[in-house]
Amino acid sequence: MGEFIIKMPDVGEGVAEAELVEWHVKPGDPVREDMVLAAVMTDKATVEIPSPVEGTVLWLGAEVGDTVAVKAPLLRIEIAGEGEPVAAEVPAATEPAPKAEARERASAEPIKQQPAAVAPASAAPTETMAPEARKPTERPVPREPAERPLASPAVRLRAQEAGIDLRQVTGTGPAGRIGHDDLDQFLARGAQPAIAPAGLARKTATEEIKVTGMRRRIAEKMRLSASRIPHITYVEEVDVTDLEDLRATMNEARKPDQPKLTILPFLMRAMVRTLAEQPDVNATFDDDAGIVTRYGAVHIGIATQTPAGLIVPVVRHAEARSIWDSAIELTRLAEAARNGTAAREELSGSTITITSLGALGGIVTTPIINHPEVAIVGVNKIAVRPVWDGTQFVPRKIMNLSSSFDHRIVDGWNAAIFVQRIKTLLETPALIFIEG
Amino acid sequence: MKEIVCKLLVIGAGPGGYICAIRAGQLGVDTVIVEAVKAGGTCLNIGCIPSKALIHAAEEFDRVRHMSSASDALGISVEQPRLDLAQTVRWKDGIVGRLNSGVLGLLRKARVKIVHGPARFRDGKTVEVETETGTQVIRAETVVIATGSEPVELPFLPFGGPVISSTEALSLASVPKRLVVVGGGYIGLELGTAFAKMGSEVTVVEATPQILPQYDAELVKPVARRLAELGVQVLTDTKAKGLSSQGDGLLIETADGKEQALPADRILVTVGRRPRTEGWGLEELDLERSGRFIRIDDRCRTSMRGIHAIGDVTGEPMLAHRAMAQGEMVAEIVAGRKRAWDKRSIPAVCFTDPEIVTAGLSPDEARAQGYEVRIGQFPFSANGRAMTTQSEDGFVRVVARADTNLVLGLQAVGAGISELSSTFSLALEMGARLEDIAGTIHAHPTRSEGLQEAALKALGHALHI
Repeated sequence: MGEFIIKMPDVGEGVAEAELVEWHVKPGDPVREDMVLAAVMTDKATVEIPSPVEGTVLWLGAEVGDTVAVKAPLLRIEIAGEGEPVAAEVPAATEPAPKAEARERASAEPIKQQPAAVAPASAAPTETMAPEARKPTERPVPREPAERPLASPAVRLRAQEAGIDLRQVTGTGPAGRIGHDDLDQFLARGAQPAIAPAGLARKTATEEIKVTGMRRRIAEKMRLSASRIPHITYVEEVDVTDLEDLRATMNEARKPDQPKLTILPFLMRAMVRTLAEQPDVNATFDDDAGIVTRYGAVHIGIATQTPAGLIVPVVRHAEARSIWDSAIELTRLAEAARNGTAAREELSGSTITITSLGALGGIVTTPIINHPEVAIVGVNKIAVRPVWDGTQFVPRKIMNLSSSFDHRIVDGWNAAIFVQRIKTLLETPALIFIEG
Repeated sequence: MKEIVCKLLVIGAGPGGYICAIRAGQLGVDTVIVEAVKAGGTCLNIGCIPSKALIHAAEEFDRVRHMSSASDALGISVEQPRLDLAQTVRWKDGIVGRLNSGVLGLLRKARVKIVHGPARFRDGKTVEVETETGTQVIRAETVVIATGSEPVELPFLPFGGPVISSTEALSLASVPKRLVVVGGGYIGLELGTAFAKMGSEVTVVEATPQILPQYDAELVKPVARRLAELGVQVLTDTKAKGLSSQGDGLLIETADGKEQALPADRILVTVGRRPRTEGWGLEELDLERSGRFIRIDDRCRTSMRGIHAIGDVTGEPMLAHRAMAQGEMVAEIVAGRKRAWDKRSIPAVCFTDPEIVTAGLSPDEARAQGYEVRIGQFPFSANGRAMTTQSEDGFVRVVARADTNLVLGLQAVGAGISELSSTFSLALEMGARLEDIAGTIHAHPTRSEGLQEAALKALGHALHI
């Protein structure tokens, strides 16, 4: 019997490490060739790692959530045949060939091997666990949300009396069955029984969720932005009645191959016009180096909610796109972002960002700047409000813009001018289309 | 008459109500129970118990009659037996009487006060009972409605004269020569089979394409076979239309649309049961309904605070053991314990010949719920005990999840397999997997071996087939 070591593959350009987000196997599992063993995440792409061999999993080198350096051993597989351990670097499922410099960096930062951290299920022969303390080797079976927990009547009765919702208890028995031991452990961990009188019940159970993958990236990005950038947020209301009329007309007259226009393409055009006059807002600030980079191009990031969390696909060269062109690109990117097919270059490189909670309402937001940019424009919901026109109240469609600026780079005065210019353009939309 | 004030008032002393009252009494709850007819309800007086008594008598008679024919395989010969149905009914009534007084004794032992007479709600906390000695007003903190159910009457075939319900069928003075059963559900078939064994010419009229429509065809097949053996004529896809003009038969419309008269001395109508929601002042309470039933939550609470409902009046399955479990739970809730309905299995038994027992999900139900299933079935024709008791028809079937082998449902059809219901339910409540059943030693020679073999079969290594 031989052993085959699978190392963390180089999953992409300049990536020295990747986060392990999912194991598809556990020690003892048989694997076939091409079976997916694990998923790792870099940047914003998840990459699956296939098995190049057939055999049995012996050892896993990381836990979900661990960051693993490229070339560090990821798992060991027992294979039939040669006794010589073979190391293999599996090409990642979707990525191109590794780059030399990335390898160098990886070897400079080897990951610690932690056999002790391996799940007890691996049950190595050297293990000195007392037989009665040995847990069943099956891992808990994940339950569907609506599924009733599997437990004997006696366990269920104990749980009811203790006010414990068995759905929160992990079952270690066969098929995920919850036994008295599991209940004991749950209670020992200090889950406070809920006092459940008729109707309203106190719920004091807590659940610890490891922040991994996308959520961890979002958290890091937000911490960076919020801790480094002194924000100034400026809110102004914009009368979009005329713009909305125009938009309705354009949507009615649109050709079958044109997407439905939202307010965003107009805002993007207005921003492009304004940024031409205020290049200091279309910039990134490398505060470590003390350098502001201004851009001729306007790459607009569009904050997008996806099932996995917030991501920001980028409309490149908005300055060279017409209203319709922008709308088509927006639709395409939103689609790609939501079903996870956006390429990495479509998810980076923005010079300014738009965030819109649009349909959800809310009159003001305090957007957090997409580091290292210096400005973000937030769109609030359009609402019909009474406006005094000098003689009477008239119903007008009002939309608030909540925009944040890096106050180290953009002064309040300039921020106000930026927003006021956008306001002027949106309130008299013809100006958007006038050249020069 | 002096008002009674109590903590718990139970209306109806059927299996749900009396269990609730006994358990509440045990827990020290000051409890009153009201019963309009006799303690024990439908189950004990005109349902489960008397019907099983009659079925037993019919089986014994049939067995002896079988021996009296020239060709008895066992080599036993007896004279042609005679049946005195009036005596059978007296024997049955004796058993019912014993159980009646048993229930009353248990209630007294639990210090439950028993009030006889029809009850009527005045409001959510107050009930009036018409007793022999006058109107008794009872005020209670908590009321449990356990009024049960009654046979459904067909408007074009009202009970009376030759048309009888199951209640009358259990107390006939003589065996009817020709009996027509309208409704091929379990009640109709149990009684129809019994009367066929006692010598009636029985015809079963069923409107749907299959007798016992709630069971799958596979489970029903042995029953249909036995009915044919007994000479019972089964007309499926056939509608009852009413009494013939002379009143000596039933008008039917057969599958091909033809009208026909079936001569009958008695017409037994068993087309289902309906919750008893009238005649006791439900309209005063305006409780929310769920179809014909009173709507309850997982603690058997109705839409009105302080009023619980249990048993047949709350929904399907209308089975005594469901009502009992609900009654016990409600008593404990009233006594301040934390309880909620979390039963995994309400087994159902059909005392036809052979018997059918089901618990959990059938293969089709499991698939409909999105499970990928693994099924194991073992025929009694390969079971030694079944052979030596001359009843090889039927099988045991187990339905399990294909991914975890968790048992989802168990079914069986065969002689005497009603007793397997406890094993079936225990397996489901304990969350057994196929390996658990397969790994349990089942005593030899018993029919229960069929269960172990079915589990082994589902796992792909049955031993005796």
